[in-house]
Amino acid sequence: MDLTLDEVKARNAEVISEALSVYPDKTAKKRAKHLNVYEGDKPDCGVKSNIKSVPGVMTIRGCAYAGSKGVVWGPIKDMVHISHGPVGCGQYSWAARRNYYIGVTGVDTFVTMQFTSDFQEKDIVFGGDKKLDKIVDEIQKLFPLNHGITIQSECPIGLIGDDIEAVAKKKSKEYDGKTIVPVRCEGFRGVSQSLGHHIANDAVRDWVFEKGGDKPPLFESTPYDVAIIGDYNIGGDAWSSRILLEEMGLRVVAQWSGDGSLAELENTPKAKLNILHCYRSMNYISRYMEEKFGIPWVEYNFFGPSKVAESLRTIASHFDDRIKEGAERVIAKYQPLMDAVIAKYKPRLEGKKVMLYVGGLRPRHVIGAYEDLGMEVIGTGYEFGHNDDYQRTTHYVKDGTLIYDDVTGYEFEKFVDRLQPDLVGSGIKEKYVFQKMGVPFRQMHSWDYSGPYHGYDGFAIFARDMDMAINNPVWGLTRAPWSAGQ
Amino acid sequence: MSQNAEKVLDHFSLFRSQEYVDMFENKKAFENAVPLTELQTAVDWTKTREYRELNFAREALVVNPAKACQPLGAVFAAVGFEKTLPFVHGSQGCVAYYRSHFSRHFKEPTSCVSSSMTEDAAVFGGLNNMIDGLANAYNLYKPEMIAVSTTCMAEVIGDDLNAFIKTAKEKGSVPAKFDVPFTHTPAFVGSHVTGYDNTMKSILEHFWDGKAGTEPPLVREPRDSINFIGGFDGYAVGNIREVKRLFGLMGVDYTILGDTSDVWDTPTDGRFRMYDGGTPLAAAAAAVHARATISMQEFCTQKTLAYVAKKGHEVAAFNHPMGVAGTDRFLMEVARLTGRAIPEDLTRERGRLVDAIADSSAHIHGKKFALYGDPDLTLGLAGFLLELGAEPVHILATNGTPEWAARVQALLDSSPFGKGCHVYPGRDLWHMRSLLFTEPVDFLIGNTYGKFLERDTRTPLIRIGFPIFDRHHHHRYPLWGYQGAMNTLVKILDKIFDVIDADTIVPGKTDYSFDIIR
Repeated sequence: MDLTLDEVKARNAEVISEALSVYPDKTAKKRAKHLNVYEGDKPDCGVKSNIKSVPGVMTIRGCAYAGSKGVVWGPIKDMVHISHGPVGCGQYSWAARRNYYIGVTGVDTFVTMQFTSDFQEKDIVFGGDKKLDKIVDEIQKLFPLNHGITIQSECPIGLIGDDIEAVAKKKSKEYDGKTIVPVRCEGFRGVSQSLGHHIANDAVRDWVFEKGGDKPPLFESTPYDVAIIGDYNIGGDAWSSRILLEEMGLRVVAQWSGDGSLAELENTPKAKLNILHCYRSMNYISRYMEEKFGIPWVEYNFFGPSKVAESLRTIASHFDDRIKEGAERVIAKYQPLMDAVIAKYKPRLEGKKVMLYVGGLRPRHVIGAYEDLGMEVIGTGYEFGHNDDYQRTTHYVKDGTLIYDDVTGYEFEKFVDRLQPDLVGSGIKEKYVFQKMGVPFRQMHSWDYSGPYHGYDGFAIFARDMDMAINNPVWGLTRAPWSAGQ
Repeated sequence: MSQNAEKVLDHFSLFRSQEYVDMFENKKAFENAVPLTELQTAVDWTKTREYRELNFAREALVVNPAKACQPLGAVFAAVGFEKTLPFVHGSQGCVAYYRSHFSRHFKEPTSCVSSSMTEDAAVFGGLNNMIDGLANAYNLYKPEMIAVSTTCMAEVIGDDLNAFIKTAKEKGSVPAKFDVPFTHTPAFVGSHVTGYDNTMKSILEHFWDGKAGTEPPLVREPRDSINFIGGFDGYAVGNIREVKRLFGLMGVDYTILGDTSDVWDTPTDGRFRMYDGGTPLAAAAAAVHARATISMQEFCTQKTLAYVAKKGHEVAAFNHPMGVAGTDRFLMEVARLTGRAIPEDLTRERGRLVDAIADSSAHIHGKKFALYGDPDLTLGLAGFLLELGAEPVHILATNGTPEWAARVQALLDSSPFGKGCHVYPGRDLWHMRSLLFTEPVDFLIGNTYGKFLERDTRTPLIRIGFPIFDRHHHHRYPLWGYQGAMNTLVKILDKIFDVIDADTIVPGKTDYSFDIIR
């Protein structure tokens, strides 16, 4: 039943060529560069990435606006984020990403609201700058406790020649230097969400750090100050991470950007170390802070007890013995919980095969958590990864793993059909396709409305969720007993 | 440590444990958080008349609108045709959004492709994206029709769909005879209901008017059949099946134009059906010969109906008819148009609905409701509420026009229960928030986003509308027909009884009214 490594590689290569055979030649040539069978000794996954999606193939990717408003800026809770342009973009992304936060929504926090300039034809024809000017006034009137405003550009803004930077500067002056951030994240820019992350990072650099000026510090620095970078607090991920860092003796002065605030962004240069979870979406600002303020940054992975422990030790290695001892104390404290979780779920999940297709860091970061449960990831790919992501992925994947970059709906269906994994982890657009096929599925963007999955507390939920997906009795009911064949 | 392997704590209980509560409190020191007294003052201020006036004085800012953009409606209309792949010309992120939006509501896959235009296409136009996109979609997904619409990006740069599709066909992207209806659906005009209308019209035009000049237009030979258009409808699965049942009982010869009932309700049996059900393309073409076309949502099909009328069809337009009188009007119109009698079975169904209303109306009579949603849905719902003796105090549609408002006002004027009720065209849910604080009602009817209003104003929410993300499977149950009215009645009653029970559940304090018979 179990294939040898060579058989797996041969099968995967065959599956790739089968999928490619359906495309027109020109497209097949393009897509071939994004699909590969990983060779265990190579320094990358052997696929091209961060390239334009082919038209008409049902890419799963989103756009730059999604990367900026939906990912990086949207979770900053005490700022009003204007979806600037027609109504749709803000509507479809409204409160959908589960960036948890504490606050009184509509009064001092605004994450799960949809602020839009609702462009009409006249705004396209005559430009939207005057409307934007007025919108800022109306926000100030109706939401006076907001700590700042961002302008998230939708496609038309860059096409009709609006000068949102000029409006932002003018309004900032009118409101005593208020932070008003124009973001040029029009959806047609770049090839995916990824450029939106970069543009959003640059907007923080330009309009919070460089134009923000010096503000009186909110707190006295300590040698143990760190900032969590690239955790969007989906289902509370940043919280179940923060608690571990604090328990080991560190002080978290900022969260980027889940449950984050403008003050936290502004105060991050005081941190002694930036710890970076989602490398893809926030490496840019981390590098900037390193160059500009001399703050080192370190990547970490809080999925599954093996990687959590490894990461706690890595983070601690940047501090003195007090923190190193703290890390050991935390690891020891949670060991019995982790042992109990693994004892409960591993026997139910051991040997199960998983295929992933997600964004950001997850196509590699979650592999360790599955392995902690005795599961095996046999295929993975990134919606909007770059080459450096695929290099990092080699530290996680096994020889022979099927790799698919910017997978198309057709390819993914084909791959899953042929590889027959026990679980697929991907997004809402994919979920029902595979469940119809009788394949257990978990959404690995939104945690399927569960979570947190980060940290020790999160791993218990992760393990429980994977078990309930795979060992759901419904999968025994998909064929009617009177139907012929299998 | 509060997490536990035996009984795993989910987010809704995990973060209430003391260690997390303390952590949240300590985090405030880094947040520049608003001092509590100042915050409370502001919270209270947003509930006032003064705030309401400021709020209603807004001219530019839109907050929590109850509408989406045209291409969403375009996709909805397109998937209702057999083996049809919607193709949205423009930026690709939009398509990711539409697919997610529908999947979150229907809990079903939604297939749709984009031409993935990027910066170079913004400069040079998206012709190559159309050429490659059609070829790829055709080869990969083997549709029988590709229905093209546009995102705002393609509209702003002025891409010419007609010319592009012609060129793509010349270049062999798809066969010359392959059906590629198209329509422009700018997101900055109208809303999702406009996009539905434009796309439905474009598909009919395509089949009836000679397929973009490639064939002679069809010559109408009037027959006895009727066409039925449901419109953009979150309950399409249940509603269309119910309408088919009603037509079946009456023996009507009909064509459903845009039949999404199977598309968004496929079985889990080991097979993914990218296409399932939908109006057969031959039936869509033959629909030109119908005697009449019925639309359940007039504001969702204005251009389509004008086009159909020009073809010589008799047109019957409803506003999401609900309840006894709404269904009566619908059935009588069907009977008139087809010459088919309304069978005794349906008369009995009607009687059962009237029976149920008579049994329960004491609990609904005089209750005040706020409702929002699409123009036709709010009209239909308001009519049903008036019929139940309830008062639809605030009726709001972000995509409601002055014409819609006049229609709602006329409805309110027709009933003693409509006195003191008001209509709010073009307003959003932040306006509704002020209305609920300053003129409270007993219940709110709306889509999932209404839960934010429920949280802030404590007005119990009855979920009817689109999208419904946080309750499952209601789209499978019809709102139309006597049976649909029954479902709606029960939904409203359940909420009313739940609220009474929750209000009387304190032992020794309020539970004298915690009655077992209501």
